[in-house]
Amino acid sequence: MDNNVVLTMRGITMTFPGVKALDGVDFTLRKGEIHALMGENGAGKSTLIKCLTGINAFEAGEIHVDGINGPVVNHSTLDAQKKGISTVYQEVNLCPNLSVAENLFIGREPKTKLGTIDWKAMVKRSEQIMKDLDMNIDVTQNLEEYSLALQQMIAIARAVDMDCKVLILDEPTSSLDDHEVEKLFKLMNQLKDKGVGIIFVTHFLEQVYAVCDRITVLRNGQLVGEYPIADLPRVKLVAAMMGKDFDDLAAIKSEESPTFTDADLLIDAKGLSHKGTIKPFDLQIHKGEVVGLTGLLGSGRSELARVIYGADKNQTGTLKVKGTEAKIGAPIDAMNLGMGLLPDDRKAEGIIGDLSVRENIILALQAKRGIFKLLPMKEQIELADKYIEMLQIKTASRETLIKQLSGGNQQKVILARWLATDPDFLILDEPTRGIDVGTKTEIQKLVLKLAKEGKGLIFISSEIEEMLRTCTKMAVLRDGQKVGEITESLTQETVMKAIAGGGANE
Amino acid sequence: MSNVKKITGMRLFLPIFCMVLVMAVNILYDVASGNFALNFFTISIRNGVLYGRLIDILNRGSEIAILAIGMTLVVSASAGTDISVGSVMSLAASFCCMLLAGYGVSSTTDLAMPLIAGVLGGILLACVCGAFNGFLVAYLNVQPMVATLILYSAARAIGLLLCNNLIVYVREDSFKTIGGYLGFIPTPIVIAAVCVVIVAVILKKTALGLYIQSVGINKRASRIAGLNSSRIIFLCYVVCGLGAGIAGVVAASRISSADSNNIGLNYELDAILSVALGGNSLGGGKFNLAGSIIGAYTIQAITTTLYALGVSSDVAPVYKAIIVIIIVTIQAPPFKAYMKKRSAKKALAKGGAAA
Repeated sequence: MDNNVVLTMRGITMTFPGVKALDGVDFTLRKGEIHALMGENGAGKSTLIKCLTGINAFEAGEIHVDGINGPVVNHSTLDAQKKGISTVYQEVNLCPNLSVAENLFIGREPKTKLGTIDWKAMVKRSEQIMKDLDMNIDVTQNLEEYSLALQQMIAIARAVDMDCKVLILDEPTSSLDDHEVEKLFKLMNQLKDKGVGIIFVTHFLEQVYAVCDRITVLRNGQLVGEYPIADLPRVKLVAAMMGKDFDDLAAIKSEESPTFTDADLLIDAKGLSHKGTIKPFDLQIHKGEVVGLTGLLGSGRSELARVIYGADKNQTGTLKVKGTEAKIGAPIDAMNLGMGLLPDDRKAEGIIGDLSVRENIILALQAKRGIFKLLPMKEQIELADKYIEMLQIKTASRETLIKQLSGGNQQKVILARWLATDPDFLILDEPTRGIDVGTKTEIQKLVLKLAKEGKGLIFISSEIEEMLRTCTKMAVLRDGQKVGEITESLTQETVMKAIAGGGANE
Repeated sequence: MSNVKKITGMRLFLPIFCMVLVMAVNILYDVASGNFALNFFTISIRNGVLYGRLIDILNRGSEIAILAIGMTLVVSASAGTDISVGSVMSLAASFCCMLLAGYGVSSTTDLAMPLIAGVLGGILLACVCGAFNGFLVAYLNVQPMVATLILYSAARAIGLLLCNNLIVYVREDSFKTIGGYLGFIPTPIVIAAVCVVIVAVILKKTALGLYIQSVGINKRASRIAGLNSSRIIFLCYVVCGLGAGIAGVVAASRISSADSNNIGLNYELDAILSVALGGNSLGGGKFNLAGSIIGAYTIQAITTTLYALGVSSDVAPVYKAIIVIIIVTIQAPPFKAYMKKRSAKKALAKGGAAA
C-alpha cells in the first residue's frame, strides 16, 4: 500500500433484491485529501459508504485501512469508528436535548477516580475542541439551541476528536445556507491540513470545485473513474455522471411571460397566518402560473405554503379557491379542492417507508376517494406502471418497498402520488433537494409542462437559478413575513437584493 | 433449494411453522404413550356435539383470537399495545350479566331483559372503553401503554361495582348458548370465525388496511397525503374494545356468571403475544391478520397440549414461557440474519470445494 493512502476499497460488490447496487467498485482515499464521491441518485454512492461503515454487508471485495493489517470488514458504525472511520450525515445524528459537551463525549465520558463522570474535565476539553476549530460557543448549552449548521460542525468535531483517519460527509450542506457552507469548508480545510482523509458526498457541483482535490464518479453501481479536480471540468463531470451530454439547462423555459386575468384566478389568499411560523400574507395564484417562494432558510417559505394547504391551520384571514371561499381544516379538505403538497422533508412527511412503490403512488388518490371506494387492484397497477414509466422511476418492481429506493427516486414516487390525483394546484417544496442534475432538469421541465396544462404551482427551492428557470413570479419572504413580490426582471441580482432586504417592492 | 427458500421466505411461514411444531409435539406424545398417533387430530361426536383436542383448542382459543384481531389493528396503527383488553372483557361480562340479572341480584334463572339487549349493552360499554383509550392515544397523544393502563387497572373494578361486589350468576339456557353449543358446533368457534371473516372482508373490500398501515408507518406523511391519522387510530382502538366486549360476553357465558376477578385475566398478554407470534412488528406499520389469528390458536394449542401432557396448571406458565422464548427467537431478525449468514457460508464452502 502506498504510504500516503489511508483507505482502499477494491472490487466492492453488493446486490439488493433485483438490482446490482455496486459492481466491483474501487475507491482510494489519500491522507489530507478531500475526495468527492459523485453520481446520480441510485448510482451507488450511499451504498458504497454504507458498505464502508458496516451498515450494509458487501458480498465481494476488500477494504484496507491504513495501520490495520489485512482486509477490514465492519459490522456496525461503532466498529467502523473504532477503526478510525467516522461519518456525519445530512441529518444530524446527535441528541438535541443534551448539551454540546455531552454530545461530544457521549459514550466516552471522562471519568473521575470514583468512576463517575468528570463534568469539569468534559466541559474543559469540549471548550478546547471547539476553540481548536475556531468555534466560540457555550458548550454547556443544549445542542438544539444552535443552528443546524453548528450542530453539523459539532458532529464533525466529535468525529474528529475520536481520532478519525477517514471522515465521511454525506450531503452535509443540503440544509445549510451559503454562509454556513463557507464555515463548513473552512473546517474541512483545517482537518485536511491535519492529515484527515475526507470523503465528501454532495449534489452541489460548485461545492465540489470549491473544496475538493479529487473526484470519483459512479454510475449505475459501477466505477466511471477517478480524476484529479483539474482534469475534470464541470461539463465533463456532469457528462461522466449521466453517461451522456445533458441538454442545456437554461434553455427549457420559453421567453415570453404570460399574462393572467382574474378569470384564471385559482388561489386568492388574504391575510392568512399561522401563529409563530408565518405572519399574515396575501397571495394570488392563477392557472398556468408558477409562483416561486424565495427567502433564506427559516424565512417562512415552507410555512406559507403549508398554511394554504392546511398542513398548518390558518388562524386568520380568508382563502378563496376558484372564486369561492374555502374552509380548510386538514390536508384532505385542500385535496378535495384540487390541491397537492410535496413536502420538503421527504423522510418525515413524504414517503411511507414500509409500503410499496405502488401503494405510495395511489395513497393520496385513495384518500381522496374515501375509505369505502377501494381502487381496484387493476387500476392501482395501471397507475403505478404509468408513473414509473412516465417519471422513469428506477425500481426493481412496483411492489418494491419505497425505502429501498434512492432519494431521487423516492421523490419521483411522491411526485407521482400527487400527479395521480390530477391536482389543479400543486405545491412543490424543495422538490429537487438531494437530487442529481439529470433528475433536477426533468422535474423542472415537468413543472413547466404542468403550468402549460393550466395548473397553478408553487415552487420552493434554495437554488435561485432553478427558480429563475421555472417561475413566472416570485414572492420574497423574510423572518416569517412576505415582504414583496417580483414579477418583472427576474434575475439573480434582483432576487438576491430582495431576499437581503435591499430593494424590490417594499 | 430455491423452492425451500421460497417457502421459508413466505410471510406466514413462521407462524404456521410454530403451529406445526406444537402439533408435532402432540403426535410424538401420543406415539410415545401408546395412543393412536393422530389422536390430536381426531374429531368425533360425543353426546351430539363435536369432540376432540383440536376442537377444544379452537373453542378455548376463540377469545384470544377475537382479541388478537383488534390488537393487530391497534399495534399496526399506533405502534403501541392495548393492555386494557383483559380488564375490559371483565367489565363487559359484568355489565352484560348485571343487565340480564338486574342490579344487585346475585343469581337468576330468568332474564331481566331480552338477551340481545344485555349482550349488546356489554359490548357497547366495551366499545366506549375502546373509544376512551382511542381518544387518549389519537387526540391527546398519550403513549398507548400509559393510556390503556388506566382502564387496565380500573375496568375490572368498575365491573365489580356494577355487580354490587357480587359474582352474578345467570343460569339461563339462551345465555349459556353463547359459550356453549350451536347445534353440534361450539358457539365460540362460530363467533370467532364470523368476527375474523367480517374483519377480513372489510380489509379486503375497503382501503382500511392501507390506511391503518400507512398511518402506523408514518403518521405525519399520511396526514399530508390526506388521511385523518387521528381518526384512524381512534377507530382501531374502538374495534379493539369491540373485540374485548364480544370476548367478555363469550367468557361470561361459558361459566354462566360474571366473575370479575377471573374473566379475561392476563388475556391482554396472550393477545399481544398472538400478534407477535404472527410475525407482526410491535413497532407498528405492516400487519398480517392471518398471522395473528394463527398466533392466537398456537398459544391456545400450547396451553391445551401442556394440560394434555399432564403438566399441572401451576407449572404450565413456565413451559409456556420456554416455548414462547424459542418461537420468538426463531422470528427475531438477528437470528434470521445469523442463519442466513451461516447458510451463505456453507454455500460458499461448497462452491470453494467444487472449484
